[in-house]
Amino acid sequence: MSDGDVLVANHVLDYPYARSVGPVLGAFFTALSEGRIVGVEGSDGAVIVPPTEYDPLTGEDVGELRDVGPGGVVTAWSWQVAPGRKHHLDHPFAWALVRLDGATTAMLHVVDAGDPGAMATGMRVTARFRPPAERRGHVLDLEAFVPEPDGGGR
Amino acid sequence: MSGAEAGTQPVTVLETPIHLDYVFTPGIAQSIFLRGLARGVFLGQRCPTCGKVYIPSRGSCPVDGVATDEVVELPDTGIVTTYCVVNVPFAGQAVEIPYTCAQVLLDGANISFMGLIQEVPADQVRMGMRVEAVWVPPDELGPSLASVKYFRPTGEPDALYESYEEYL
Amino acid sequence: MSAPARRPVAVVSFAQARNVRREASRNEVELLMPVVSEVFAAIGASKDDMGFICSGSTDYLVGGPFSFVTALDAVGVWPPRAESHVEMDGAFALYEAWVLMQEGAIDAALVYSFGRSSPGDVTEILALQLDPYVTAPLWPSPVALAALQAQALIDAGEATEEELAEVAARNRSAARANPNAQVVSDASPEELLADEYVVAPLRRHALPPITDGAAAIVLAAGEKAREWRERPAWITGIDHRIETHALGCRDLTRSPSTALAAERAGLFEGPPVDLAEVHAPFAHQELIVRRALELGDAVTVNPSGGALAANPVMSAGLIRIGEAAARIWAAESERAVAHATSGPCLQQNLVCVLDASDGAVVGGGA
Repeated sequence: MSDGDVLVANHVLDYPYARSVGPVLGAFFTALSEGRIVGVEGSDGAVIVPPTEYDPLTGEDVGELRDVGPGGVVTAWSWQVAPGRKHHLDHPFAWALVRLDGATTAMLHVVDAGDPGAMATGMRVTARFRPPAERRGHVLDLEAFVPEPDGGGR
Repeated sequence: MSGAEAGTQPVTVLETPIHLDYVFTPGIAQSIFLRGLARGVFLGQRCPTCGKVYIPSRGSCPVDGVATDEVVELPDTGIVTTYCVVNVPFAGQAVEIPYTCAQVLLDGANISFMGLIQEVPADQVRMGMRVEAVWVPPDELGPSLASVKYFRPTGEPDALYESYEEYL
Repeated sequence: MSAPARRPVAVVSFAQARNVRREASRNEVELLMPVVSEVFAAIGASKDDMGFICSGSTDYLVGGPFSFVTALDAVGVWPPRAESHVEMDGAFALYEAWVLMQEGAIDAALVYSFGRSSPGDVTEILALQLDPYVTAPLWPSPVALAALQAQALIDAGEATEEELAEVAARNRSAARANPNAQVVSDASPEELLADEYVVAPLRRHALPPITDGAAAIVLAAGEKAREWRERPAWITGIDHRIETHALGCRDLTRSPSTALAAERAGLFEGPPVDLAEVHAPFAHQELIVRRALELGDAVTVNPSGGALAANPVMSAGLIRIGEAAARIWAAESERAVAHATSGPCLQQNLVCVLDASDGAVVGGGA
């Protein structure tokens, strides 16, 4: 049998997962739906964002929830030259680790900066939330970070 | 400030749908089997080591782990090795209940596969019953098991239990 | 560190499929079967000699459930066999087999792995290994996350885009000698720097190819190993360590899990290695792993071309162990280290130290 005789078919998998979020991530998503960002106190007083159910470095219990942001600092970034079909922005954007004001750890999200020349490690950004009516308790209620005016971009 | 003050409902469930697209190939051996169904014939493959004939073959003898390169055309006839009667409706059901679903061992094959048994009341289906394939009309044949409409009794005497007990 | 006595177990056979962008005809069983046949034929062994079978694969790649079960047809598991599977690179399956062999009940094991990345979109599929609540819904590709890591390394003054191009050029040039390599090139680093960015700062050359492939290894203990291979590659130490999935809690410019696994595997004790096969899918990751393994300039790194020459998902790590072992068999190396990684940005790392002498097995137990 030659390769041309081998059958080929399109095949689609759809997983309609609905996940229980629990009290810690539930508080994070609830806050996002309200246009706020919360982290949680780690075992050594560090503030972890997004909050985790346990300290990811020590495994110890975590403490109280803390409000953080909405501004923060880019600690690492990369530039998505061409968005993929699953990305929520339809134009080039930056992936970034953002350490929010009041937080100790950084969270992964995107920066809608328009141009890679606007990006730099150490620059300040601030959260841009979707309009309240479009929020659904999801990490993309925080649509993107955007550079703060005179925030230290290139 | 807390969520309660803002008056929103606490989030308890997060929907994270995943949609993945694939271009799937069943491989060389299963393509041979499926192409056979499109012609209205059963094509199995024989193991060069143990001589057993597999249908459908995945291209390998699951006992010996060697390639089953020899293609063997099998007849439309075989026996019911075991069966069940489906009485419960479920989503996507294509056949009226009650119906009989059986493992059919084609003559000359060393492995059974699943098929519908029709043209006989469910309470008359038996282990060892001789059956034959009923194919869909020629213009409806395709590279799919849907080409086999169902199996029906041939009326021949039942096979002896000893002839199929190792396939149960 | 006081290590317990260990049973000498060696890598004695290795085979891999020719790495290709798209395996258009064969399914997983058909891809794997010749590889398993070859790994046995090379040493005159059979499946009946194997006391254990362990595999590594992920069903998401092909989009079919339990493909690791049907893949066993490539081996033939009658009478019933002792078998296990990990949803990880085959290198981690090898670790499981090695641990079981330490118990002393079995003398040989087959380890294999397989994966076709071509049927689906592997960059989307690998996003599914991320935290499903706050990270995966953003659909960051492995390239996007690796690029964050590369930029962090550049910002820390520990790498330049020129150095990434040098890593890519060296690996793909070395791959000329690897008949199973997928991407080979004699392009100079200067020429590579003309590549476009995929996700900046990573240019096309700093990315691994998308590969369909499979690999298999036979492990054997003590006398069985000597019977099958004149100069077995003894595993003197093997360990793997994982870091948090929370990317923002990690220092992406370092690989502490690699360093700790290397220490636990005894890499820093005894004579230095002369050869390393490191599983660094992205060019900058080789720099991070080299540092964590404390590899000096005298060490030959990735003579096979590494994952930049062929990156069969779920097999590229196991292949590193096989490539390193093959050089010990050929007396091209006395002591080698193989590294395998899993997860985004080198999240989980395995280090396997191989030696031409079983006297080097930690504790020396027989």
